[in-house]
Amino acid sequence: MNHVLAFERPVVELVKRVAELRELAREDARLSAELKRLEEKAAKAAREVFARLTPMQKVQLSRHPNRPYTLDYVHRLFDDFIELRGDRRFADDASIVGGLGRYHGRSVVVVGHQKGRSTKENMVRNFGMPNPEGYRKAIRLYELADRFGLPVVTFIDTPGAFPGIEAEERGQSEAIGSSLEVMSRLGVPIVTTIIGEGGSGGALALGVANRVLILEFSYYSVISPEGCAAILWKDGTRAPEAAERLRITAPELLDLGCVDAIVEEPPGGAHQDHDEAARRLDRALYEALMSLGGLDAEALREDRYSRFRRLGSFVA
Amino acid sequence: MVLPNKTPAQTPASEKRSLGRGVFQKCDGCGQVHTAEDFAESWWVCASCGAHHPMSPAEWRRLLLDDGALETWDEHVSPTDPLGFDDGKSYRARLERAVGRSGHSEAVEVGRATLSGRRVAYGSYVFPFMGGSMGSVVGERVTRLFERAHDERLPVILIHASGGARMQEGLLSLMQMAKTVGALRRFRAARRVFVSVLVHPTTGGVAASTALLGDVNLAEPGALIGFAGPRVIESTLRTTLPEGFQRSEFLLAHGMVDLIVPRAEMKSTLHALLSHLEGP
Repeated sequence: MNHVLAFERPVVELVKRVAELRELAREDARLSAELKRLEEKAAKAAREVFARLTPMQKVQLSRHPNRPYTLDYVHRLFDDFIELRGDRRFADDASIVGGLGRYHGRSVVVVGHQKGRSTKENMVRNFGMPNPEGYRKAIRLYELADRFGLPVVTFIDTPGAFPGIEAEERGQSEAIGSSLEVMSRLGVPIVTTIIGEGGSGGALALGVANRVLILEFSYYSVISPEGCAAILWKDGTRAPEAAERLRITAPELLDLGCVDAIVEEPPGGAHQDHDEAARRLDRALYEALMSLGGLDAEALREDRYSRFRRLGSFVA
Repeated sequence: MVLPNKTPAQTPASEKRSLGRGVFQKCDGCGQVHTAEDFAESWWVCASCGAHHPMSPAEWRRLLLDDGALETWDEHVSPTDPLGFDDGKSYRARLERAVGRSGHSEAVEVGRATLSGRRVAYGSYVFPFMGGSMGSVVGERVTRLFERAHDERLPVILIHASGGARMQEGLLSLMQMAKTVGALRRFRAARRVFVSVLVHPTTGGVAASTALLGDVNLAEPGALIGFAGPRVIESTLRTTLPEGFQRSEFLLAHGMVDLIVPRAEMKSTLHALLSHLEGP
C-alpha cells in the first residue's frame, strides 16, 4: 500500500502528516488550529503540483494501485448491496462485478470493472480486463434493471477488453457490440463514471449512458498511450507524447463533449482519501440521476441516443 | 485499432485491373499465376484454390448492385482534424493522401440501390482509405444510413472491412461505435432487416460495433475477423496463434457467423435472405 509516484511524493508527505495530526487533534482540541493550517498547506501544495501534471502523469494516477476501485465505491455509496454473478451461459467473469444496491433509498443495478489490489486478486480479476462472459453478465444485469424499472449505475476502470485466444473464440466483438446495443435500448436511466482507466471498446461497453461523469485524474481513450506509441513510432516508451496527442484527460474530453462533468478528486488524488473521493462522486452521481428523474422510458432512450448522436467532428 | 498506413499496402483491385492486358498476378493463397484480366473476371477469386483477394468498393458495387449503380448519400460529409493530430506527419496530410490513393472521399460509401430488383440501403467500407478506419465521418455516414433506411423502409446491407477506430480522432472515434449501434437499435426496433457482410479484414472497434450484430452475418471465405488483432494477442500472450485463428471458418465453428459465402454466390444469397425476411 506504500506505492508512491515520484511526482506525488511531496504531496503524499503532507497528506500523511495531516492524517497524523488529525488523529492527535481528536484527543487534543488545542491542535485544531495547527491542523487547519496544515490542511490548507497540503491542499495548496496538492493543487500546485497537480495543476502541472502531464497527461501521462494523470494516466499513472488513474492506474495507481491504491486508487479506489468499483467495489470501494460500491461499499461506500450503496446500502444492502447484493452481488449477482454469472452470465448464465459460460462463466462468471470476476473482472466485471455487478449487483443490486440501494442508493439514497432507491434500488439500482450497479455494474463496474473490477481490478485486483494484490497480484493474487489480480489473477482472479484478470487485471480488470473482461472476457466476453463479463460483458454478457453486464447485459444480463442491464436487462434485469429494465424489467424491474431500476436505474443503472456503471463504473468504468479497465485497461481494455482482454485480448486472448478464448476471448476471440467466445466472441469478444459480439459481446461488446451487443452490450452497446442493449444499453442503447434500456428504458431506465443510466449514469456512467470513469473512475480510473477508460480503455477503448472494453470500457465503452459499460458506457452508453445518459450521463457520463469522469473523475479528475481518470483517462478515457480509443487506444492506450503505449499502444498508440507502439503503432505510430514503434516505440512504447514514447507513450507520454501519445498521451498528449490523443487528448485523453478529463478537461480535454469535456471540451470534446465526450464526457458531461468532471468530479474533482480529494487533494493528492482519489487514492489519498477513498471516503472523500466517494463523497464527491456521490454528489455528482446523485445530481445526474436526479436530472433524469422526470423522463419516461422512451424519453430516456431518445436522450441517450441524441447524447451520442451529436458526437463527432465533420463538415457537412 | 490501426494506423492504416502501417498495414500492408493493398492496391485496390480496380487499379490492378487497369494494369491491362498481359500483366500477371500471383494468387496469395496457392501462388498460381493468373493474367490480370482472368483474375478480375473471376472477381479476384483464384480459380485454382478459391482464395478471395481484396476487391475495391467499385467492384463490390458491380458484384452486388444492379448495373453496379449506387445513388450515394452524404458524400459531402467530410473529415476535420478535431485534435490537430500530428505524429510527424499531420492527420490532414494523411487524409489528403488517402483520398488520392483510394479515389474515395472517406472510408465508407453509402447510398440507395437495387439488388436483383429489390430496393436496398447499401454501405461498403473502403479499406484502402486509412484501413477502412472509423472516425467521425464514417460514424456519421453509417448512422445516417440506418436513419434513412428506417425512414424509407429499406433493408440495410453493409460490407464491413476495417481495422477499427481511427486513432487520429481520439475518443471521438470510439464514440462512433455507440452512435452507429444506437442508430442500428432504432432501425431494428422498426423490424427492418440488417445483413452484415464481413470481408477481410474486420477488426477492432468496427468488429465490436455493427459488424457482428446483423440479423444475419455473412462472411467471405478466409477473412480475418476479430476484436484484437493477431499481433496484439501474440505479444500479450507471448505465443504463436494456431493456423486459421480468427478466420471466417473459425468464426463459423464458434457460432459467430451464419454462413460463409463465396463471392460468386454473394448476390444470390443476399437476395434469397431478403426474400425470406421481407417477403417476396
